[in-house]
Amino acid sequence: MNVDWGESRMPNMTLEKVKMPEQDPNIRNKNFLEVTLGYTEEQAIEEAKRCLNCKNKPCVQGCPVNVNIPDFIQLVSEGKFEEAYQKVKQTNSLPAICGRVCPQESQCEHFCVRAKKGESVAIGRLERYVADKYMSDIALKPEKQQTNNKKVAVIGSGPAGLTCAGDLAKMGYEVTVFEAFHAPGGVLMYGIPEFRLPKALVQKEIDMLKFLGVDIKTNMVIGKVFSLDELFQQGYEAIFVGTGAGLPSFLGIPGENLNGVYSANEFLTRVNLMKAYKFPDCDTPVRVGKSVAVVGGGNVAMDAARCAKRLGAEKVYIIYRRSETEMPARIEEVHHAREEGIIFKLLTNPTRIVGTEDGWVKGIECTEMELGEPDSSGRRRPVAKPGSEHIVDVETVVIAIGQSPNPLIKSTTPDLETQKWGGIIADEETGATSIPGVYAGGDTVTGAATVILAMGAGKKAAKAIDEYIKGKSK
Amino acid sequence: MFKILKKEVLNTSVKLMEIEAPHIAKKAEPGQFIILRVNENGERIPLTIADYDREKGTVTIIFQEVGKTTRLLGQLNEGDLLLDFVGPLGVASHFEGLKKVAVIGGGLGTAIAYPQAKKLYNMGVEVDSIIGFRNKDLIILEKEMQAASSRLFVTTDDGSNGTKGFVTDILKKLIEEGNNYDLVIAIGPLIMMKIVSNLTKNYGIKTVVSMNPVMIDGTGMCGGCRITVGGRVKFACVDGPDFDGHEVDFDEAMRRQAMYKAEEKKSEEQHECRLGGIKNA
Ligand SMILES: Cc1cc2nc3c(=O)[nH]c(=O)nc-3n(C[C@H](O)[C@H](O)[C@H](O)COP(=O)(O)OP(=O)(O)OC[C@H]3O[C@@H](n4cnc5c(N)ncnc54)[C@H](O)[C@@H]3O)c2cc1C
Ligand code: FES
Repeated sequence: MNVDWGESRMPNMTLEKVKMPEQDPNIRNKNFLEVTLGYTEEQAIEEAKRCLNCKNKPCVQGCPVNVNIPDFIQLVSEGKFEEAYQKVKQTNSLPAICGRVCPQESQCEHFCVRAKKGESVAIGRLERYVADKYMSDIALKPEKQQTNNKKVAVIGSGPAGLTCAGDLAKMGYEVTVFEAFHAPGGVLMYGIPEFRLPKALVQKEIDMLKFLGVDIKTNMVIGKVFSLDELFQQGYEAIFVGTGAGLPSFLGIPGENLNGVYSANEFLTRVNLMKAYKFPDCDTPVRVGKSVAVVGGGNVAMDAARCAKRLGAEKVYIIYRRSETEMPARIEEVHHAREEGIIFKLLTNPTRIVGTEDGWVKGIECTEMELGEPDSSGRRRPVAKPGSEHIVDVETVVIAIGQSPNPLIKSTTPDLETQKWGGIIADEETGATSIPGVYAGGDTVTGAATVILAMGAGKKAAKAIDEYIKGKSK
Repeated sequence: MFKILKKEVLNTSVKLMEIEAPHIAKKAEPGQFIILRVNENGERIPLTIADYDREKGTVTIIFQEVGKTTRLLGQLNEGDLLLDFVGPLGVASHFEGLKKVAVIGGGLGTAIAYPQAKKLYNMGVEVDSIIGFRNKDLIILEKEMQAASSRLFVTTDDGSNGTKGFVTDILKKLIEEGNNYDLVIAIGPLIMMKIVSNLTKNYGIKTVVSMNPVMIDGTGMCGGCRITVGGRVKFACVDGPDFDGHEVDFDEAMRRQAMYKAEEKKSEEQHECRLGGIKNA
């Protein structure tokens, strides 16, 4: 039946996005429940009608996996939610996750025509809406594909590994995912906090993979328990390496080994994966204290700061040596962090962590900075203001200045070529590495990046692995 | 899930378990460790691999009931299952080109020193082992160490068995008597390893210690296990756990080890009141 939408086809010309309901900042900064509550059906349809359905679809070019945005939004405006979901799913395997964590403002929404005058269409929120609706409506059931009896191993169960595994399983491969931690999901589980990405949702995506027949083996540190060679000997015809960028960077300033200094990885893993926010009901503790300094300006820093606030710290500082415009975090996270009472100390560079006599953190010494000439990355380089040294009193310091790929697999696979900084060298289109049959993608290739890029890399590699295995058996 | 195939009580607070973990047993080497989690709300704790049987597919762990997790573990029995068991982690100990070695185990450290002594002894190296305990009731693995050593010396702090005194007293005596050790391996409490290292430094004898800091992942991703060695930051889980005892900053390591003292106490209290609750129910 063709519905005649008549009048209602007229786009909604409101300049602003339909607001998404959220928990009040002063309530949510004391709990770990999701901050944003998602659109209602009416809100989703209303927002979808803001899309002009442009012919040249600039938004699609802004999406790393080219989701067919205007088409899916059109379906939302028509109330065809399941079809809208399928449309997104054609190119994005993890829409409920991407709708929540993608930096839309620098991707799809950045190119939206509506953003020229007013706000862009809320593409991310709509993506989330269709995915959430679908996930809550369907009952999961096994849908194992006809197997082709060919085994593929996937190492790491972050977005790159999960996507690659899912796509290969749909093609009929027998996929085994090896994960070092006791729970699959990678950063989605151990890094991004519950209040931004509910773990039940990640678990549901993982359950869907299991229903496709993917076997997930946790507690398996590849490079230690099996080498890549041994995996080939076990009959895996190809291997995808999606081991992420898990190696934390430290500042290299005095005092970093004092009690009370954490890498963001450790702090967030304690809180998210080990559920330290439920201590002592859960056994893993975390030290927060009354005041906390988080060093860095990315999503990781925002997440750590907001966790610290929720764990009861009265004062939480973000210490970042450039200005707000250079901050790599999603705009929404910076905005939410401010609302929740995080104190931003921008253009501030930590130079030393100060300790008590018995070795506990009592402060962080900083220098104020001003922006000078642009550096090689195009960002204006911060330079120190003489005489501006001062100490911020804190009991805990979290270092969130970046992560690089873990050298564990490289160190036991000498033939695997890597960059100087540790990234695995892989073909951009296929993920092929220096070893035939070994593919790689995600943060382990690019260095710390985004969920959507990792997912895209997993997708490309799945296609390449399929071609490789078919080519081999010819 | 990982099945407990065997449980043995070594002394009042130290227990031994053999865990079914064939993949790990196949790869394990002395010096390496595993990380385990007892149940869903549990902590991840590292334990050194005390022994392994590649044929049977088992890994042996020996632990002292010092905190909530180890106590919980101690309550499990043969046939029970552990939720998570991952390894082998860390770098295996290197033993090439050694002729005569002193292996020192302090308390529970004896359990970690044992596989090293055994491997060296089986390689034909002359092994003098010195194991020290607070009193005779705490002595563990005496028989096993005897079988893995050319000579075994046992000390107790109170003299209730063996020589009264510390392991360092014996070590010093042996060195002074002219025993030329290529290497001293010292495993035990941080303070013991520090004192041994200070002693051997005077004699210029290379000394390896096994560090066991707080850990989470055991794969180099959190940095919680960092220690300072020769002025540089190392991650004990991937760069160690064995390090040059003359280079380790023991004072920092001792301080870092005490980081969660207050929380550990709270966690245990809660555990006890829960147990109490069960008993009363
Ligand atoms: C706190 C935080 C917040 C973030 N926020 C955002 C955001 O808002 N939006 C966004 O787009 N991106 C965000 N990112 C980045 C994003 O999460 C990553 O880019 C993405 O997860 C990378 O995916 P991946 O699959 O390559 O690796 P990961 O997600 O890192 O997964 C790798 C997995 O491999 C496992 N592994 C590693 N080594 C081995 C081994 N030897 N054997 C077996 N398994 C192994 C690891 O345990 C892990 O589970 C954030 C990252 C962090 C840390
Ligand atoms: S335990 Fe996390 S890096 Fe060593």
